[in-house]
Order: sequence, then structure tokens, then C-alpha cells
Amino acid sequence: MQLEFLYQEIILDHYKRPQGRGLRDADPAHQVGEAHHVNPTCGDEVTIRVATDGDTLHDVSYDGVGCSISQASASVLHELLTGRGTADAFEVHEAFVALMSGRGQVTPDENVLGDGVAFEGVARYPARVKCALLPWMAFKDAAARAGVGASPTEVEA
Amino acid sequence: MTTIAIPPGMPQYDDAPSYDVAAVRADFPILAREINGHPLVYLDSANTSHKPRQVLDVLAEHYAQHNANVSRSVHTLGTEATEAYEGARAKVAAFVNAPSVDEVVFTKNSTEAINIVAYAFSNASLRPDADPRFRLGPGDEIVISEMEHHSNIVPWQLLAERTGATLRWFGVTDNGRLDESGLTDLVNERTKIVSLVHMSNILGTVNATSRITARVREVGALLLLDCSQSVPHMPIDVVDLDADFIVFTGHKMCGPTGIGVLWGRTDLLAAMPPVFGGGSMIETVTMAGSTYAAPPARFEAGTPPIAEAVALGAAVDYLTGIGMRAVQWHEKQLTAYALDALGTVPGLRIFGPEVPVGRGGTISFALGDVHPHDVGQVLDSLGVQVRVGHHCARPVCTRFGVPATTRASFYLYTTSDEIDALVAGLEQVRKVFR
Repeated sequence: MQLEFLYQEIILDHYKRPQGRGLRDADPAHQVGEAHHVNPTCGDEVTIRVATDGDTLHDVSYDGVGCSISQASASVLHELLTGRGTADAFEVHEAFVALMSGRGQVTPDENVLGDGVAFEGVARYPARVKCALLPWMAFKDAAARAGVGASPTEVEA
Repeated sequence: MTTIAIPPGMPQYDDAPSYDVAAVRADFPILAREINGHPLVYLDSANTSHKPRQVLDVLAEHYAQHNANVSRSVHTLGTEATEAYEGARAKVAAFVNAPSVDEVVFTKNSTEAINIVAYAFSNASLRPDADPRFRLGPGDEIVISEMEHHSNIVPWQLLAERTGATLRWFGVTDNGRLDESGLTDLVNERTKIVSLVHMSNILGTVNATSRITARVREVGALLLLDCSQSVPHMPIDVVDLDADFIVFTGHKMCGPTGIGVLWGRTDLLAAMPPVFGGGSMIETVTMAGSTYAAPPARFEAGTPPIAEAVALGAAVDYLTGIGMRAVQWHEKQLTAYALDALGTVPGLRIFGPEVPVGRGGTISFALGDVHPHDVGQVLDSLGVQVRVGHHCARPVCTRFGVPATTRASFYLYTTSDEIDALVAGLEQVRKVFR
């Protein structure tokens, strides 16, 4: 049972058919920020690019290599945050981070997290939490560079 | 029937050495564990080995009965602890056929052992009166290989930065062998030290060192062999290897963590300046300056890992009791079996030698384009413990164009049933990610 809880169908689906994958050029009128994050223990990599007018995230595009959890997480992130208001997007971000930090004790709200609820099982595998969070941490950096939100790390891209 | 006698002194033909694997397994309490409802299948001994009860008992008994600090007490317990600690040094020396017990320096692990040599070079380079073999500067060269563990890369990069010396390296062939084609250019009159892995922790390759040793002698350089993966798995004789230094670590050879070994030739250790300063490594100390003890004490500043050293001695006794030739033969058979079995898995690609010759029982592979983390996770759900990632040998991953690999590694307690469990587990991985 445990394995199915980790590799939920939704996760495998996003892994095999990633949504909106690939870094896209932004509208020149928009502010753009990009961040590249690496998990040094496994070599997983993801680049997130945020294009915004300051109020709305017009595009959250991404590219990367890595395990099913990190790559599916990037696909879910794209799906959830593209087109959202920035305040709204950070609420989703906060909810996802809270879910992943919850050691399986947090019940996710599908209205906020959409397909992100599928990562509930990942929170029970401490070794994999970092995989799921990789794109979300890169997103926060990219958003800060695009002039919205505060960067958690200020890591150079 | 005629028998041909091989002259005495030459290698003799004899029966393949063997031992009772089931009886050996019974010595390792952890092998009785279940993982996720399945019997434990531990295929990660290259990472760390398990410890037999004989070693665990000695560790506990040392603390329960003989605990005291070493080399500084006149009381009975201090004498017992010192005898046990120095007794362990003698056992380790005999295990690798060191000509002198004083050639064995206890360290924390292989990493620390390599760093001691690197920092001895560094410290010597600051002192004009130091032995010229250890003095490095711009124009001098250090040679390593692309096959090294990070612990045999980074200390030399740092040393090159500190001294202005140049770091060069051997490449790796497509088959995962050391590329010796540039040997005479790579190891030359400017070379001061060559530091190479004896058995690769990721590819499993066992490097034949004789050509390199010959070249190192020709140019007057020094040779360090990282034997972290070879000392636990095969008979190692430092005289036969003709190296100047070897390093290895206790926890990969049935011993505890926190204890490793630097073996060095007597005259070289004697010529090396100290690295860590503190208690035990001195001769006399005045406020104006100090003089230093002879090796090995010179390199063992502070209270050493006493119980760990004693337990490493017990691990050496345990392995010697079974016989290192028998351990090596067992793993050779397993490796041949595993290479065949893995060859039946569709889409599986092995990194490193695909024949059980010149390699040990450590096999890295990719399963189609399934990420190693996912491979490892599914295998874990079936009780199969493998390592996934870059194995602290990222340049090898880069060389073969992958971010990470899955690695199965064997030891004296591994069985062919466990390899079958791995292969069945890989079938399950393919189902989940098809």
C-alpha cells in the first residue's frame, strides 16, 4: 500500500505527461525572473522562469531533469500558479510547503492545492520531501527576481 | 595420470576457497530484519557494511570492562586499553602485510587519511628545510583520475590551490576502465604524487596498478592508493602493491564507523610534517616551540577512537577467520551471477566492466529512463536496499552522461537469492513506470 500512496496516479501522470514544460520567452512588457536549483545529493535540477506584471503571474515555465517526484512537482506548480494573482499564488506556495513539512500529519485542501494534494504521501518519505520542494523553492527565488515576493535563499542562478 | 608440480614459491593451484554463507549470515543480527514487510535484502555494502556480533561484542566489552584513555596512564585499565588499541594496530598491520606496525596510522576514515597526506604536502611546502618529496609549488603536478571518489579529488584540488601546483587526471574508457594511454605524458618528471582509486566505488573496476607504479618509480613521484573498496573485499598486501601510501576505512570492512587507516612507508611518514597538533603527537612542548613524536603517534593528535580501533581489530580477526581469498572468490561468483541476471532485464544499462574480470562486486546501472531515486524507492518498498545518486563520484556520472545511477554492491554475506530479489524488484519498477 505504501508505494501506491507515494506514487499516486496523479504524480505518475504529471511525470509521464508534464504540463507546460519548457522555458518560454516572456512578453517584453513583463518583469521576468529565473532561478536554477539543484539537489546536490541526487543531482536533480530544475529551472523556473516567472513572467509577471506585478499583479498576475502570466507564465510560470520550467525545465529540468530528475526523479518522478521533482519533475511531477514542477508540472503541478506550473498548472497551479500560471495565470494566478501573485498574492493568491503565494498562498498556494505556502500551503504546498506546509503540506510537505507536515510529515504526513497535514490534510491538504484540494480547493487550494488542486493536483498538489497527491503529494500528501511524499510528506511521509523524508528522503523525498526535498525532491517535491525543489521546483517550489526555485519558484520563490524566480518570483523574487521578477520583483514579487521575498527570496528565501538569494542563490545565484 | 601425471601431476605437474609447481615449483615451491610459485602460486599453487588449489581448490577454490569457500565458507558457509548461511553461518556467516547468522553472525550479523541486522540481516534478520524485515523492511516494509519483506526480508531485508542489503545490497549497499560499498556504502557501509554490516557488523557481525563478534565485532559488536568487542565494542561493548571494551567500554564495559577496559575503558580508559590510552598512552598516558600507569593504571591497570589504562594499560589494558593501550594494549587493546596497539594490539588492534598490529592486527591491521598484519592484515595488509605492513612491514612495520608503526606504518599504520589510525584516522577517522579514508577521507581524513587522504587529507593528512595532502596537508603534509601543504605544510612541507611552507618549510624550505622540509623533505623535497613533499614540497610542492607552481610547475609541480598532482595526478588523480576521473574515477575517484570525491574524497580523492577535493583534497588535491585544495592542495593545488594552496601551493600553485597543477592537478591532472587519467580519463575513463567507455568500458569503465582507467585510460592509461596517456600514462607517460601524464606521469612525468614534474609529478610529485599520483593518487588513485584501487577499486572504483561506482564502476566496480579494480585498477591494475603495476604499469602506473613502474612509471611513478621511474619519475621519482609518490603513489597513494585509495583502497577503501578493495581492502574489505580481497587480500591486500602493501609490499606486493608497491604503493607508498594506502588508505581504507573500518566501517566498510565489518568494523565500526569513526575509524580508518593511513598506511605509509616508514621513511615517508618520518619525513612528513605533522598535520593536527595536540596531545599524543608531541615529544616536548615549550612555550617557545615543540618537537614531535615519531609516526604513527605524530599523526594521531588527541584521544583517538579507541573502542572503534579495538573493534576494527575484531573485524580484521573475523575476516581473517573466514579468509580474504574466500571472500574474494565468493564475491567473484556473485558478480558473475549478477552481471548475467541483470543482463536479462530489458532496458538495463551497466556502467563499468560487464565481465567479472578486473572488477569487484559493485554494479552501477540505469533502468531505461527511470530516475534512480524512483528505482531505489520501489526497491525499498520490497525490502531491497540499494544506493542511488552520484555515489560521491560525480565526474564518473558526467563521463557517462547521467545525473545519477542505481548501485547494487555485495559482500561476504550476500547471496544469489538476494540478487534474484533485486532482479524481481526491477521488474516491479518497470511496471510502475512503464
